[in-house]
Amino acid sequence: MGSTNSTLSKIPNVEELMQETGFTPAHIVRLYDRFEALDKEKTGHLRPQDFGAINRLAMNPIGDRIIGAFFSPGQETVDFHSFVRILAHFRPADKKHPKDPSMPEPVNSRTSKLKFAFQLYDQDKDGKISRAELLQVLRSMLEMQVTEEQLESIADRTIQEADLDKDDAISFEEFRKSLEKVNIDHKMSIRFLR
Amino acid sequence: MACRTCLWLLGTTFFTCTVRLVVEGTEVGATQGSHPEPGVVGSNHSQAGGGHGSSISGIQIVTFKWHHVEAPYLIALWILVAGVSKMVVELNHNLTSVIPESALLIIIGWILGGIIYGADKMQTFTLTPTVFFFYLLPQVILDAGYFMPNKLFFSNMGAILVYAVIGTCWNAATVGLGLWGCWLGGAMGDIDIGLLQFLLFGSLIAAVDPVAVIAVFEEVHVNEVLFIMVFGESLLNDGVTVVLFNVFDAFVSLGGAEIDAVEIIKGIISFFVVAFGGSLVGIIFALLISLLTRCTKNIQIIEPGFIFILGYLSYLTAEMLSLSAILSIVFCGICCQKYINANMDERSVTTVRYVMKVLANGSETIIFVFLGISAIDPAVWVWNTGFILLTLLFIFVFRFIGVFLLTWILNKYRLVPLEFIDQVVMSYGGLRGAVAYGLVAMLDENKFKEKNLMVSTTLIVVYFTVMLQGITMKPLVTWLKVKRAAVTELTLAEKIQNRTFDHMLVAIEDISGQIGHNYMRDKWHNFEERWLCWFLMKPSARKSRDYIFNIFHQLNLKDAMSYVKEVRATHKVRESHDNLILQDIVPSVCLDMHEQDLTMRESEDFNAHHLLQQHLYRGRKQVLKHRYSRSHLETNRDENEVQEIFQRTMRSRLESFKSAKMGVAPAKKIQTKHQKKDKPQKVRGEGTFSPFLHVRPHSHPLIGNVMSLSTSLLGFETTSTATIFPLSFNLLLNLFLQIDQSQ
Repeated sequence: MGSTNSTLSKIPNVEELMQETGFTPAHIVRLYDRFEALDKEKTGHLRPQDFGAINRLAMNPIGDRIIGAFFSPGQETVDFHSFVRILAHFRPADKKHPKDPSMPEPVNSRTSKLKFAFQLYDQDKDGKISRAELLQVLRSMLEMQVTEEQLESIADRTIQEADLDKDDAISFEEFRKSLEKVNIDHKMSIRFLR
Repeated sequence: MACRTCLWLLGTTFFTCTVRLVVEGTEVGATQGSHPEPGVVGSNHSQAGGGHGSSISGIQIVTFKWHHVEAPYLIALWILVAGVSKMVVELNHNLTSVIPESALLIIIGWILGGIIYGADKMQTFTLTPTVFFFYLLPQVILDAGYFMPNKLFFSNMGAILVYAVIGTCWNAATVGLGLWGCWLGGAMGDIDIGLLQFLLFGSLIAAVDPVAVIAVFEEVHVNEVLFIMVFGESLLNDGVTVVLFNVFDAFVSLGGAEIDAVEIIKGIISFFVVAFGGSLVGIIFALLISLLTRCTKNIQIIEPGFIFILGYLSYLTAEMLSLSAILSIVFCGICCQKYINANMDERSVTTVRYVMKVLANGSETIIFVFLGISAIDPAVWVWNTGFILLTLLFIFVFRFIGVFLLTWILNKYRLVPLEFIDQVVMSYGGLRGAVAYGLVAMLDENKFKEKNLMVSTTLIVVYFTVMLQGITMKPLVTWLKVKRAAVTELTLAEKIQNRTFDHMLVAIEDISGQIGHNYMRDKWHNFEERWLCWFLMKPSARKSRDYIFNIFHQLNLKDAMSYVKEVRATHKVRESHDNLILQDIVPSVCLDMHEQDLTMRESEDFNAHHLLQQHLYRGRKQVLKHRYSRSHLETNRDENEVQEIFQRTMRSRLESFKSAKMGVAPAKKIQTKHQKKDKPQKVRGEGTFSPFLHVRPHSHPLIGNVMSLSTSLLGFETTSTATIFPLSFNLLLNLFLQIDQSQ
């Protein structure tokens, strides 16, 4: 516990971070260790190459997108706070705390998780997943033998199923609606180590 | 078809019995006594064999030399019978999905046993401890060790050890003491037995059996952590079982009076010696195998044989030194898998895998069939309602209590807690099997007056766990996990999204380092890479281990780019006729529907679903699930997938870097080939990292040369894959730019 406290004191604004994300001190320390392990040059910021050093990510079809999600638009580096904030999306939802309408939406609620997933698709951040964006994702997730026209037909069908206002794009509400039956909390959470 | 195989099976058994009967009837001279079991060479048959020497009346053109071949013939015949039984069992898939194969094999064993008993009026073929422990068990355990998912095993090692050691001791103690208490209370009537014998019985019935666990969990796909817990426990508890068995056996021989603190302390020490000694023997043999395979380049054809021989030797060596043989062979398999897979030629590796599976499956089949046969022997059966029922009750109840207690303690220290449902399945999955039967059959009748009672009880316990718990395991698992109504067909969006989620989770896990780098594990990895791999692996194997090397050697951008161009150009041609690709991808059902002229929309929908089903990349987590399977060998599909994804990612990253770099500072000089390690060159100020820019690939005439140059540049050795990635990446980038600038 002594080492935890000393590490905690190294991180600025750690109280606020814990409040916002809901991580316990032990989690934060763990993530900080990981952050430092990734940050080879000890600059206190992560760049895309640091993420790129994680070999296994290169073998993930959407690995690059996930890396991109860590960086806010226009920024080239990620500091520890943003790192933790993004990871906080993947905390399992707290079942105990009652819904408090006055408090801001917690980071790991269903809506926030869905928003994160939505952003992975919606690269140009216009609030809609256009056909082209969907095609891009599909292309990366399907094997190479699939031809372009097959891809396009899948994309068309998907949009048709989800698109309710017929604008040939999927808005966040339509996205959310199409995934009502899916247990997002289960699908988008990992149990963080203590 | 079914009738024919059944008839064949029955016929084979009849043949076995009648042959024996006929032969024994016509034998001149001393007849053999009771048990010519398979595996025991009947040396006293040789005197009657052939009958040469004594009285030849004339030249015999053909003679019936049964005794000449009796032992091997019977062995081979029984193996054949076991194989045919398995075939019979597997005829009906609906049946095997409800009742596990092991249960069905036992039933067939009963039938066969009944036939033999009917023919012989005694049970001539039983599962003797010698045959079981020396010839049938080792390959099952070697298979378990060789295919063990190491990472999972070692990361849960603490919990597994707790269950194996403390759990088994708890089970043994509680069952033994419970039965003793009930005996004192008179629930079992009058039997000649004592506390020590109860404890001995408790210790041999307490152990969870690996063969049974695999056989049952095979059908039921539980999550990997749960599986590795039960499975690991079943393998490692042998250390405890052996010690307890030997200790209590010695105590029974000594008699109650001689036991004092010294003996008990000796018992405890012997546990450590047996367990660690056994593992050490296994590890030594693993080192031997790895070293050996390092030098077998010229005899690749018999390379696979070494692992089997050395594995078996490790088993026997441990047995000879009275250490835990199972632990020895398990650790032999676990430790050597990585090195021999790297050292041996690919075909040898495939051979080893398949032969291992054949032997293990075959042994398992024989074990279960004989477990069934051994039961049909009235000489062995002693019925004592109290004893049997109480045993069943106690092992069941105390297992539950033990598991829950231990898990409660463990969860305080564990990183990922075990859930309630997992604990229930773990308790319910504590199956007893042939190992218990083998141990009980080894008891000396003179010391243990109630040996037959114990044998009967053990058999009943084994049947109960394997059959009842085996049959109900799957429904239980389904019932506990799925609490909602049946899922309707997923929409396309949901399917895609589910897969996206999987990939996302895997990526986040990798980024946040969840399954991974502990301080100790890191240290071990470094140690292993520096010293062990240098020592145990061939130099060529070491090089090709590095992912990056693999990919770069294969990554021929020219081919990849031209492939993409070709696909784009020819897709227009493809839509006109039913070509090979379309037929491969779309199942023939779809094509039929095409022909029947359904509306374009419906068939499109169908196509889309099937396309997704077939071609979405599986997430890495799904690949890891259900990794251990007795009968199912994973093909290399995931490796191709991984390489494909990797190539794509690399390509897109290179393209984006290239596009970002165009027109910025001139490229650095290419470094010529040299041996020492290069410092990683960081290319600074690259601009926005945007892998999402879809740049049209250019065709470089020099790419082929560039690639070969770059691969030779990358030929120097590095110790850490973490530095080589950006290093090689940047080198390649510089090369690209050099080419670009020069054009």
